[in-house]
Parts: sequence; C-alpha cells; structure tokens
Amino acid sequence: MRPLLQFLFKYYNFFLFLLLEFFAFLIIYQNSYYQQSSILSAANAISGGIYGFSSGITDYIGLTSINKTLADENAHLLSLQKSSFIKTNNKVFVVNDTLYQQQYTYFSAKVISNTSNRANNYLTLNKGLKHGIKKNMGVISSQGIIGIVKDVSDNFCSVTSLLHSKTKISAKIKKNDNVGTIIWKGDDYRVVTLKDVPAHVKISVGDTIISSGYSMMFPEGILIGSIYSYEINKGKDFYEIRVKLFNDFNNISYVYVINNLMKDELNELEKRSQNE
Amino acid sequence: MNNLIIRNIIRFIGLVLLQVLVFNNIEVFSFITPFIYILFILLLPFNTPRWIILISGFLLGLCIDIFSNSGGIHTAATVLIAYLSPWAQNVVSTKSDNEAGTQPGIQNSGFKWFFLYALILTTAHHVCLFYLEIFRFTDFFETLKHALYNVVFTMVFIIISQYLFFNRKSE
Repeated sequence: MRPLLQFLFKYYNFFLFLLLEFFAFLIIYQNSYYQQSSILSAANAISGGIYGFSSGITDYIGLTSINKTLADENAHLLSLQKSSFIKTNNKVFVVNDTLYQQQYTYFSAKVISNTSNRANNYLTLNKGLKHGIKKNMGVISSQGIIGIVKDVSDNFCSVTSLLHSKTKISAKIKKNDNVGTIIWKGDDYRVVTLKDVPAHVKISVGDTIISSGYSMMFPEGILIGSIYSYEINKGKDFYEIRVKLFNDFNNISYVYVINNLMKDELNELEKRSQNE
Repeated sequence: MNNLIIRNIIRFIGLVLLQVLVFNNIEVFSFITPFIYILFILLLPFNTPRWIILISGFLLGLCIDIFSNSGGIHTAATVLIAYLSPWAQNVVSTKSDNEAGTQPGIQNSGFKWFFLYALILTTAHHVCLFYLEIFRFTDFFETLKHALYNVVFTMVFIIISQYLFFNRKSE
C-alpha cells in the first residue's frame, strides 16, 4: 500500500491530468447520443440569459432585413387568404369545417445564438417549457427547415441544426414524390446531401426538394432547397444529390417551432404495430 | 499575491465572455474561429502549481463548452494544454531566467520566446480540438489543414492582444 501511495503522490499531476481528461471524455460521450438531454447545453439559465442579453443588443443591426423577410412572408400569406380569391363559378358548395381537424400549430421564436461553422451546429431559441416547447419538435423558418429541438429549459431551448453530422430528415423531390434522406457532410453550410433516391428516377438541376411528411416533426411540403448537382455512385443504385439550401444558415433571426397535435396518437399507433 | 489572483479571475471571466459573445461569431471561410480564450492558460504566472493550472484549464474549457453546446471537446483540449504548458516553457527557454510570479509575455520574455511558446500550445490545442469535433480520421488531412489555418488566426489575435494590453513595462 505504501509504495502505491508514494507512487501516486510522486506523479499526482499526471494522475490529475488523466482524471480531468477522463471527465472531459465522459462529457463528450454523454453528449454524443443524438438528442439526449444534457446539462451542459446553451439552454441552461445562465448561458441562455447571457445570450438573450447579447442578442438584445445586436438585434438592432439586422432589423431591416428581418422586416423585409416578415413583410415578404405576410404578403405570401395574404395571397393565400380566402378573401384574395375570386369566386369563378356559382355552383353551391358547403364548407364543412369538421372535415378539417388541425394537426399542426406553430410557435414563433427568436434565435439568440447560432453557429454554422462547426462540424455539429446548434441554435438557441428564446422560448422554452413555459411557452409550450417540447423535445423533438421541428423548427422551420419562412425559407425552410432549420432543425429539431434537442433540449428545453424553462425559458430557452437548444435546437440541433440541419447542419449537424447526425441530423437525418426525410425529404422528397417535389415534382415526382420520390423520397430520400437529407444529411449534412460538414463541408459547406449552404449545401446538404440527399441520399437514397433510386437511380432510375429522372431528376434535373434546379428541382425543388421539400419535406416528405413521413416524420412526425415536419408537415409535408416544407421547403428545403433545390438540386445543385447530382451523381450516381459507382456500384450503387442510388443518387448522391447535392441540394443548395434556401435558408442562409449564417443569417437566421426568427423561426417557427412546429407542434404536431397528433404526435402522441401516431407514436402510440407505431409502437403498437411494432410490438406485434 | 492577492492582486495576482483577482487579476487572473477577472481575466478568466473576461476571456470567456469575449470568446462566446464576440469571437464565436467570427467566421472566416466558414470554418475558422479564433479561440483566444486559451490566452488565460498561456498567461498564468511561471511556477504556478500544476494542479491549479490543470483545474483552471478544466473549468475554462467547461465554460466554453456550456456556451457553445460542444459537449466536452473544449474541456479535453484545454486540459491537454494545461498539462503541456510547463513542459512547453522548459522546451522553449534555453536559460531559466523566468522568475517565479511573473507572467509569460512579450515584454517579460521577448517576442521569439513568447511566440514559440504560444505556437506550441495553440497548435496542440487546435489539433486536439478539431479531431475531437470531427471524431473520425477519414478526412485526416482536411481536418489538419483546417486546424492549422485556425492556428494562424488565433496566433494573430494572441500577438495583437499582447501589444494592446501589455505594452507598458510590466509592474
């Protein structure tokens, strides 16, 4: 026992070093599970508060462009309104409201911190449990998909960005409904990759990519990007499609968090059918 | 002595805030972000007990990780250079004229000494950080290239800060 203690004491610096590195790797390991909640995230009260304070100051700089995007979006929504359509025939029809049950509701939120230059990017939003945000909700902006809520605290939530090595989002090509998976390879924050589209499908540069609606987080038809280039891997029957994002991830200020009202029902159904 | 401790605590808080509020928003070529917070480890006085360097390195990395949502990668990299820093001081200095209690810097130790010392530790930190972030060796040289570009930018800011804040003959 004594020699062991002497040995430990002699090299205590080295052992302290090993111990601290062990803790560091423990944190890395804990954090690397996708969407597992972690204490050490920017959603906690202290760092969220500081980020909120700092974005309160820097917000003024971007006001012009934010106003413009909001105005554009308003104009677009206005054009979809019932009042902006003219009745072209006079056949009688009944609007039966019970036909439609609302499935998605949206919360607006402000981005208070955001990165796009790391290999795994996250955003922090200024809405949290108090406002009804829950884990695994989808996040979009007026120009397309942003990411998925990873962690929630009382007043803030942190979002795994689309620009994350482990993000996988089901998407499809708008013109022919062929479904694939969106991943990010970590090189360019303006470009993502669409995999798993079979090689016999006809595609061309410029085709629009939208969300497929197969996940519970995003409704069908949310914009993602347009095809920028594509190739077929040797020996494989699938395309590797490069998709240019509509969103400028370097410049996001206001986003919407999607609440799927039927998520629990869907979850339960899927669980039941998997158990059989 | 007390003065020295207070000054280092203020520097710790200042550098963390500067890093997360200002430097984390800097993006050159979409992958370069200067990590100036390691300046805290570089500027700890000579002959600081090693366990103090290690613990403060751990806390420093942890603070940065909490703010940047990066798991423990900054912690791991900063503890590494905290362990290496006394070794780097010995490797670089040919003569042991660095008295205990003074802090490393261009004024005290000369440009060449400080530059080499900072370069060794910054490179160690960045290489460790970038490989931990990617966590695979498939893009080995690409990652190394990114890390080394980043070293250049961090070094520029470290040297500038030396001339900005420590240009008086230190008291």
